[in-house]
Amino acid sequence: MNLFSGRAIEEIREKQAEWEQKELAAALNSRPEEKPAYETESGIPLKRIYTAADVADIPASELGFPGAYPFTRGAYPTMYRGRPWTIRQVAGFGNPEATNQRYKYMIQTGQTGLSTDFDLPTLLGLDSDDPMAFGEVGRVGVAIDTVDDVDRLFDGIDLEKISVSLTINPSAWVIYAMFVAVAEQRGCDLGKLTGTLQADPLKEYVAQKEWIYPVRPAVRLLRDLIMHSSKATPKINPISLSGYHLSDVGGNALQEIAFIMAFTIAYCEEVIDAGMDIDDFAPRLSFFFISHQDFFEQICKFRAARRVYAKIMSERFSAKKAESMRLRVHVQTAAMSLTKVEHHNNLMRTAIQALGAVLGGCQSMHTNGLDEAFAIPTEEAMKLAIRTQQIIREEINVTSVIDPLGGSYFVESLTRDMENEIWKMLDEVDERGGAIKLVEEGWFQQKLADSAYATFKKIDTGEKVSVGVNRYVDETSGSAEVHIHPYDDDCTQLQIDRLNAVRANRDNERVRRLMEELVQQARSDDINLLPKTMELVKARATLGEICGALRDVWGSYTEPMIV
Amino acid sequence: MTDTTITGQDSGATADSEVQSPGTIRVLVAKLGLDGHDRGAKIVARILRDAGMEVIYTGLYKSPNEVVNAAIQEDVDVIGVSLLSGSHVPLFRELGRCQRQLKAEHIFVVAGGVIPEQDYAALLDSGVDAIVPQEARADLIVTTIRNLIAARGRI
Amino acid sequence: MTTFAPSRPVKRTTYIPSMELVPGVIAGSVPGIARMITRAEAGYPEASAALAEIYKHTGKAHIVGITGVPGAGKSTLVSSLIRALASDGYKVGVIAVDPSSPFSGGAILGDRVRMSDAAESCRAFVRSMATRGHLGGLARSTLQAVDILDAAGYSPIIIETVGVGQDEVEVVTAAHTIVVLSAPGLGDDIQAIKAGILEIADIHAVSKSDKPEAPATVSALKGMMALGTYRTGSNWSPPVLPVSSVSGERIGELKDAIGRHWVHLRESGELATRQRSICRTRILGTARHLFQQKFDEKAGGLEKYIQAVVNRDIDPLVAAHMLLGWDHEGRIT
Repeated sequence: MNLFSGRAIEEIREKQAEWEQKELAAALNSRPEEKPAYETESGIPLKRIYTAADVADIPASELGFPGAYPFTRGAYPTMYRGRPWTIRQVAGFGNPEATNQRYKYMIQTGQTGLSTDFDLPTLLGLDSDDPMAFGEVGRVGVAIDTVDDVDRLFDGIDLEKISVSLTINPSAWVIYAMFVAVAEQRGCDLGKLTGTLQADPLKEYVAQKEWIYPVRPAVRLLRDLIMHSSKATPKINPISLSGYHLSDVGGNALQEIAFIMAFTIAYCEEVIDAGMDIDDFAPRLSFFFISHQDFFEQICKFRAARRVYAKIMSERFSAKKAESMRLRVHVQTAAMSLTKVEHHNNLMRTAIQALGAVLGGCQSMHTNGLDEAFAIPTEEAMKLAIRTQQIIREEINVTSVIDPLGGSYFVESLTRDMENEIWKMLDEVDERGGAIKLVEEGWFQQKLADSAYATFKKIDTGEKVSVGVNRYVDETSGSAEVHIHPYDDDCTQLQIDRLNAVRANRDNERVRRLMEELVQQARSDDINLLPKTMELVKARATLGEICGALRDVWGSYTEPMIV
Repeated sequence: MTDTTITGQDSGATADSEVQSPGTIRVLVAKLGLDGHDRGAKIVARILRDAGMEVIYTGLYKSPNEVVNAAIQEDVDVIGVSLLSGSHVPLFRELGRCQRQLKAEHIFVVAGGVIPEQDYAALLDSGVDAIVPQEARADLIVTTIRNLIAARGRI
Repeated sequence: MTTFAPSRPVKRTTYIPSMELVPGVIAGSVPGIARMITRAEAGYPEASAALAEIYKHTGKAHIVGITGVPGAGKSTLVSSLIRALASDGYKVGVIAVDPSSPFSGGAILGDRVRMSDAAESCRAFVRSMATRGHLGGLARSTLQAVDILDAAGYSPIIIETVGVGQDEVEVVTAAHTIVVLSAPGLGDDIQAIKAGILEIADIHAVSKSDKPEAPATVSALKGMMALGTYRTGSNWSPPVLPVSSVSGERIGELKDAIGRHWVHLRESGELATRQRSICRTRILGTARHLFQQKFDEKAGGLEKYIQAVVNRDIDPLVAAHMLLGWDHEGRIT
């Protein structure tokens, strides 16, 4: 059954033709429109006005109801009436103690979930005393070398009560092992642990560019993590499929969703091939999208993504459970939309993007600090960011009605157009041999680099406006007086001292033996590496030692030459 | 003939008038340390190519020593480094040290990325020759490089 | 918006006459070699005498040309070869050629993305060169760069180039050992056929040997070898070697085959023949380039002759004679 009757549509078409001939023609005659054509950021043409005729071919079943297939209108039946989105600001810097202090401040300010950023050496599986870690320890995130660092990170925080998101990628399986080991040590019920690991390897090779091993072993590690976590820690999401980074590296809204869905398909196939049923792990797949500048396109993106995901799970993988088809998403506002010039404008940009995410139906959100274009946010900037979300949630009454834009001719039409484009891109990935092959060949990388350059060109020529940068430029606005979050120069030495102490006091013979066993297991593809990794972290093997041992087995990744 | 003589800085006269004509500018676009943000570096590479320069792109995860050695072999005029990891102060300090140690101080260094103004002085002290602001347009990046080389002359 | 720059004076560097760079080049000074290549590439007349001096010190190196279509995995392969050769004690030089943009004349040279680790750890010399839209001049400057590395004691010297276009083919055929790299599953079974370079390959390598399509490419190449298209008069039989540059598997076999071919050339006496043919190609190629360069300049009077031919005042043959400074019947005056 369609949304409107055929007769109603006919009538609307006739009326519109009349209006175009009379009122519109007269208006255009006296004053032409500013641009010859209008389109979304990702290039979908936009009409002047949308009517019922534009959504005439959309069956009502495509919209459905919130919390039911195909989830266009929302992931849950009550949405924010039942449970507001989680305010989850990511934080991490310096030693574990420094981040722990920031967490306690944020919980006190009203944050409802934790999220950890790790420093680059930790992400890349290097210990703080590795030569390549020079200058990077504790810089863009917290430094973690051993299980004891994870214990310090969550000191005084009840892991059964607050959900913890860990923004960790190539070394995710080791950090997961450390996290679970800490919870065990504290006597937590592992079934009650909630949280999310990012652990999305394919997007690393194409977007965030933090990698250790070649593509296939990295996907295998994710497979092991998903399979282990779904049994050992059933409430933890072992992966956050991160479209955000695809956008961050230059992708448009369609590429963000299409590419991340292509990766989702590849991961599901991998786990299913290893013998697991889709309904046993799909409910724990979670997503991470950006909320970018094109307001309506972003809102429609969330709606289209939910619909596409539900169909993939149901039609391609024959999932049975509704939870397997429900796309849950954490959202971050767009860091690359923020400017150093007149940086206070960033508050407005972020607030509008956050509103878009809420109207799009996100489950949790990070709003960027206004000083993001300078360095990691200060406490003051983080507080403003949290306040932004609280104002949207508490003051402007946008949470009472679910999917308030649903049924808008424009929103439904654009949602459908985006969905169609996403399917086309997914078909192309299938035709070309699937996501893993295309990542290895650099296909996604090339598409994203081309899109990034096209966007740059648009800003450079002024076609895309950046207020204060290429339009309404105030030559008198001087250099910004921004208080920058200070870097603790002693943090590297402290990590190194601790590493030396750990290596001196542990049973090195045991670590050596366990490591040999891990290496043996890694050589065969069908052994899950998590149990052995758990033993290793408990025996105080360091992150760098574990990741390094497997590098000897699998080699390092070298990127394809894509500029 | 030692390595120093071809890189020594002074204002000696050019041997031959033919070499004063601006030749092809060569730029090494590099990523230092563990920073994986390469969107900007790749955009800059395309901008410089479109301005007629030859760009040697290093790829990710390069150490300062590796970058300077590559710059010497490629005999580039400029090393362009984009950093968004916050570790620019120690990494540029190390880059400058490697340039001095390997007698490659004649190569210009242009910095870009997320660099707070508080750190500008430290970078210039390390031997950085120009810092391109984050929102720079293509022609500013190109002009910055052309001006450095015009003032230096051919080598 | 402006750039931030220090108040210190601009760096100035003395222009060292090229002749003064020569002793450094021969002693193996890396900055000296690098600068000399820049001079050769720029084609400064001032550098000619220095290059002539350097040429006297060449002739020791084994020059290996590696070619294959984009995406075949050349730079990954070269990077593995650098490691394999360096571990045998060789001082490896690499000239990696990539196309310039026909629109801007600029280029993005990306071979270091894959090679720089190997270059760094193996003390190899790697130089990226752009084709610079030379009309036949690419071979000249590339081979001068090879001369410079040869004189500086590098051997083997690998020239890596995309095997398309006449210039690139000219470069690679100036090598002692030509390796053609084919990749399975890139559309054509054997992409290099189009470039006409397959027949002169001394060694065939098939990259990505772990791909399911690889055996088909290997047997297609072997089938072609069986047709006997390789250089006549040689008793070298070009091997077809599957390699995986990613895992480094069987790189050793390729390295050994390259070494065996070098031994074969020297022991069979083919080296002398090939040296003569390389020299002939270089002289003719350089001459063609110089002619072309001369005619392209306004001073050559090309424009004037074009108009005369358009007007039917003279015919193209006579115009060519006049351009060369010969008389109407083609006698050198």
